[in-house]
Amino acid sequence: MKALRKFLDKVKPQFEPGGKFSALQSVFEGFESFLFVPSTTARSGVHIHDAIDSKRTMTVVIIALLPALLFGMYNVGYQHYLAIGALAQTGFWTIFAYGFLAVLPKIVVAYVVGLGIEFIGAQLRHHEIQEGFLVSGMLIPMIVPVDTPLWMIAVATAFAVIFAKEVFGGTGMNIFNVALVTRAFLFFAYPSKMSGDEVFVRTTDTFGIGSGTVVDGFSGATPLGQLATHTGGDLTFTNIVGEPITTLDAFLGFIPGSIGETSTLAILIGAAILLISGIASWRIMLSVFAGGLLTSWICTFADPSTYAAALLSPIEQVCLGGFAFAAVFMATDPVTAARTETGKYIYGFLVGVLAILIRVFNSGYPEGAMLAVLFMNAFAPLIDHCVVEANIRRRMKRAKQINSEEVKL
Amino acid sequence: MIWKNKEVLLGPLSKNNPVIVQILGICSALAVTSKLEPACVMAVSVIAVVALSNVIISLLRNTIPNSIRIIVQLVVVASLVIIVDQLLKAFAYEVSKQLSVFVGLIITNCIVMGRLEAYALSHNPWDSFLDGIGNGIGYGIILVIVAFFRELLGSGTLFGYHVIPQVFYQWGYENNGLMILPPMALITVACIIWVHRSRNKELQEK
Repeated sequence: MKALRKFLDKVKPQFEPGGKFSALQSVFEGFESFLFVPSTTARSGVHIHDAIDSKRTMTVVIIALLPALLFGMYNVGYQHYLAIGALAQTGFWTIFAYGFLAVLPKIVVAYVVGLGIEFIGAQLRHHEIQEGFLVSGMLIPMIVPVDTPLWMIAVATAFAVIFAKEVFGGTGMNIFNVALVTRAFLFFAYPSKMSGDEVFVRTTDTFGIGSGTVVDGFSGATPLGQLATHTGGDLTFTNIVGEPITTLDAFLGFIPGSIGETSTLAILIGAAILLISGIASWRIMLSVFAGGLLTSWICTFADPSTYAAALLSPIEQVCLGGFAFAAVFMATDPVTAARTETGKYIYGFLVGVLAILIRVFNSGYPEGAMLAVLFMNAFAPLIDHCVVEANIRRRMKRAKQINSEEVKL
Repeated sequence: MIWKNKEVLLGPLSKNNPVIVQILGICSALAVTSKLEPACVMAVSVIAVVALSNVIISLLRNTIPNSIRIIVQLVVVASLVIIVDQLLKAFAYEVSKQLSVFVGLIITNCIVMGRLEAYALSHNPWDSFLDGIGNGIGYGIILVIVAFFRELLGSGTLFGYHVIPQVFYQWGYENNGLMILPPMALITVACIIWVHRSRNKELQEK
């Protein structure tokens, strides 16, 4: 640690104005404050100092994402070996290694492209490098199907970072959640790679691991995909080789789906980390789930022959698809969510309501969570405005009442 | 005199562009730019309508009562648009089907009425004609640039011919479906404005 500090101190002058690498000052600063908490503090005015800054916040979110990410890697391998009929004779570590190698390139691409653009932007404008992309870059690989081509992730990440973030002024200024804009871009630009039966389970080998032929009767449809094509009668979800799956399977995550979203359990562990450390708002999480469960319950009264999703119980609704992931990691994004405490309840509740409504009533979009969060991102400032105005009006009324009572006395 | 005319004709192409500087006519820029062919036809139609209506209003400018000038302008523009629409139906039926209502909606294109109000009512017919041509081309250029990128990236074609080699598709390239959808027209226009403003610093808002 000391040697590292010494090295940084030694090279620091070269990055200061006039030094050899002065153009790269913000890169240096970024790395320095990533490794060591800055020792300088503000000298003017009154400030409250807290041990947590945005780098530490981001790190906690990354830690909270790890259970879902690690399980997602395992599940990628699990689904693959299930598809080639070799699950029983394959060890845990081989399955995990397969998923790890399948997911790792996506993480690398998302980080290299996104951070690359942020670094270039920061250098051009002589800004400090912001750390917001640390989380976005981890979220992006987790919300795409395993077979999304890397170049598509690169294009979508570049689009989202430039048009959803940099043009609004960078970290903390964006209106829409960057990771979800990436996914929306992929979803609308390359629909054949983002939905359907073929993209959620990798059937080919990864770097030479796990080659084999797919068993007979294989179908890569996700439960929500099966729901969208359901044509009346009893509804039983099947896994990719045709065996029925229970709600417990969906809760634990042994179902095909986007990499990080399948396991509600792993996501809830992440939620616990976020809530205990106080990073994410429990109001938003609670109200998203409340809105989702309530709407699911209301939707069970819809006509199941037209809307197959009416056959799902509320618990199944929140366990399937990206609902839980969106509730815990997307809706709670402090930048794009509502900021007033009352507003957070309204915002979260509407995210939950919309996500289920889209899922049930629009079979063209089997998953509504992404669209619901993006839509409510646009409304968050309006919600805040109404909450603040209502508060002002209430207090004005109270002040008037007190004044008039004083006059009477 | 020659220099002044040149400014009237060429100004709207860049520094005073109706689409990217005055932000007019955005709606049709979204609607007709998913392919190059309709965009070009639309551009030519608008050039014709703006130029001719400018000339007609300029000729009539001393006889139009001020209180009903908008009605007169509308009548002139509407007649011209109907002529253009009929010509398209007669000689370019396929394209006119693609453009559908948007030819008729040239009547409501803010650029047409804007030029009549701002220029033709106070200038002689020749200047008004040049102004109309200039603004029409200024609008058309943007339409064609937007349509070029949208058709190239969205369908892999230009004027309906495949220009992206088949090999690319075998390597895993795919057309970007989002480029066909209206939002990307806005973002493409925004990119053009971005490039344009960074090259013309005096246009940047403080």
